[in-house]
Amino acid sequence: MTAQTTVTTSTTSLRRIADYDRPLWQRLFLTRESAIIALVVIVVVFASIVVPNFGSKITMTYLLLDIFPILIIALPMTAIIVTGEIDLSVASIVGLSSVLTGVLTQAGVPFGLTIVLALAAGLVAGLINGFLITAVGLPSLAVTIGTLALFRGIAVGLLGTTAVTEFPEFWTDLAKEKIGSTGIPVVMILFVVLAIAFAILLHFTKFGRGVFAIGLSPEAARFSGVDVARTKMLLYVLSGAVSALAGIYFTLRYGSARGDNATGMELQVIAAVLLGGVSIFGGRGALHGVIAGVVLIGVLGSALRLANVTSDVINIITGALLIGAVISTSVIAAVKNRRRTGKKLQIAGARAATTA
Amino acid sequence: MSATTLNAPSVGFGAIVGRLTRAREASILLAVLLVVAAATIKNPNFLFSTDGYRDLWLTPSLLLLVAVGQAVVLITRNVDLSVGSILGLSAYLTGRLFIDMPGLPAIAVVVIAIVFGGLLGLINGALVAFAKVPALVITLGTMYAFRGINVLWTGSDRINASDMPRGFLALGTAQVLTIPVLTIIAVIVLIAVAWWMKNTRGGRECYAIGSDPDAAHLYGLPVTRRVLTAFVLSGALSGFAGVLYAARYGTINSQAGAGWEFDAIGAAVIGGVAIFGGVGSVWGAAIGAALLMTINRALPVLGVPDFWQRAVVGVLIIGAIVLDRVLSLRQHRKLIEERETQR
Repeated sequence: MTAQTTVTTSTTSLRRIADYDRPLWQRLFLTRESAIIALVVIVVVFASIVVPNFGSKITMTYLLLDIFPILIIALPMTAIIVTGEIDLSVASIVGLSSVLTGVLTQAGVPFGLTIVLALAAGLVAGLINGFLITAVGLPSLAVTIGTLALFRGIAVGLLGTTAVTEFPEFWTDLAKEKIGSTGIPVVMILFVVLAIAFAILLHFTKFGRGVFAIGLSPEAARFSGVDVARTKMLLYVLSGAVSALAGIYFTLRYGSARGDNATGMELQVIAAVLLGGVSIFGGRGALHGVIAGVVLIGVLGSALRLANVTSDVINIITGALLIGAVISTSVIAAVKNRRRTGKKLQIAGARAATTA
Repeated sequence: MSATTLNAPSVGFGAIVGRLTRAREASILLAVLLVVAAATIKNPNFLFSTDGYRDLWLTPSLLLLVAVGQAVVLITRNVDLSVGSILGLSAYLTGRLFIDMPGLPAIAVVVIAIVFGGLLGLINGALVAFAKVPALVITLGTMYAFRGINVLWTGSDRINASDMPRGFLALGTAQVLTIPVLTIIAVIVLIAVAWWMKNTRGGRECYAIGSDPDAAHLYGLPVTRRVLTAFVLSGALSGFAGVLYAARYGTINSQAGAGWEFDAIGAAVIGGVAIFGGVGSVWGAAIGAALLMTINRALPVLGVPDFWQRAVVGVLIIGAIVLDRVLSLRQHRKLIEERETQR
């Protein structure tokens, strides 16, 4: 990845210059993020009219309950992908923290302490990822494929094929509790708090500028005073902790701690993040787009289920949307370059993208 | 990482590289033998019973095919996450062909499934090479799409052994000189691909592309064509593995091959294929696949509950990449030293 970033930078900076010759409203509203949000609105409106019961309160409640883990894990994942790295181990950390929650509860540990310990385990898992990537200097794709197997292995190893299903009622109720009569789950408050925290961290702090700078060019970021290793380390630790939180929620929501909980969720999260307009090359993306991406996949799935279309079609749609989203970026960029700056830069842009 | 592919500054360096690479595959092979030996000492049935002996050969064969294809894709600095889905689809296609077209000879079914896998690989390759989009994203998308099509097509249906001709199923257990036919097929494919990668222009260009795509492009190598070839090969081998999956296991549902993508990448990485291209060999990936599957079978024999298998696999993958990193750092230092002393 490092070898490509230099080339990628040149295209991004070209696009950046082009951006500023448009009026402010165009820059704010004619973005990939707005396109995804518009798509969500269209799908919701269309589904409410066409699909019976889609507009009802209970549909929304269950939709939000279902996508909550993906929503919160997508927040740190966005930051990690913006730095040009990736974390494939998140779903395994969800599984690990779910199993720990179960095992500790079974052992009679007070639930408050269990939560702390499960979160700590996620933190440590993130530290291991971060250490191997920043201190040892290994590619994140390979490291997290390894820890994907490792953490899942520990989770499955701890519980085997058994499951823990006894949890304090107060907590399982809390996971499904709604705010008054609005039908919005209480856990959404947690999501909103986290989303605001991550939005500030990523878009309005020096640290966040560093994250984007690393994605555009790690060398340039280092020379301009960004501590690349510490930034990445912190992001992986955050990712681990948030995944552990999702694991605790997952356990309480379904009332069951199993080793294979949330298997394959990493790809759902990454698909949603990329759909939300984050560039896999790093350096580009915004949280509102990502949240819209997660919601879009969730709404589509829920609407299709209600319309009695086999829920498996959602896989095809997810895949097609993902491919469509990334291809449209390349096509639009190529067209824009040709129109604005002539043949020469178009070739440069196209070649930069080849280095996938 | 790309240190091994730099132009050799002296004759001595070429020899060192040769020894290092050979040492890498040899050490993984040694690990396989150690695991087999340990398991056999604990329980002689692991090697000496008819079933144990046969499984020892059979179990790695399918993953071996997929890992070889994956290794070629990885060497061009791409990745193919859709291999598991392609395997599942072509396994189901195999079953359907036997049910819907009973007159079709088995060999035609095999060819159709391989071509089908190759076509799916072509879709991946075309999207990656022509649309200029990173392989990780594209194959993540097609992984979902292919699996979705599979589930849509299969539903809750399942293909059972009784649906397929006995002659075809016998392929799953047939042996020549005590070695299962499936293994022989896999090894022949392995040798062919290894020869192509090592001795032909196309294979060498794959390494060049993986070491530095920009340099390869500037040098005038047919990057698009080679990347397409790599993906078609990976798809076709996954399709082939799908046919053999049908023959070996007899039952195929919509989840056949799920999760194989990580096993295949893991096998390649354990075997010394660098995840960012240009380094490694298909031999390494094949031996990595053998190590993964053998450990899976040996753990319960060695007294470790098989629930811990995945954890061991994870430790192996991480250990392998850390080892690669240490070796390449050491080599880098040695190169610098050599340059200083020669000056």
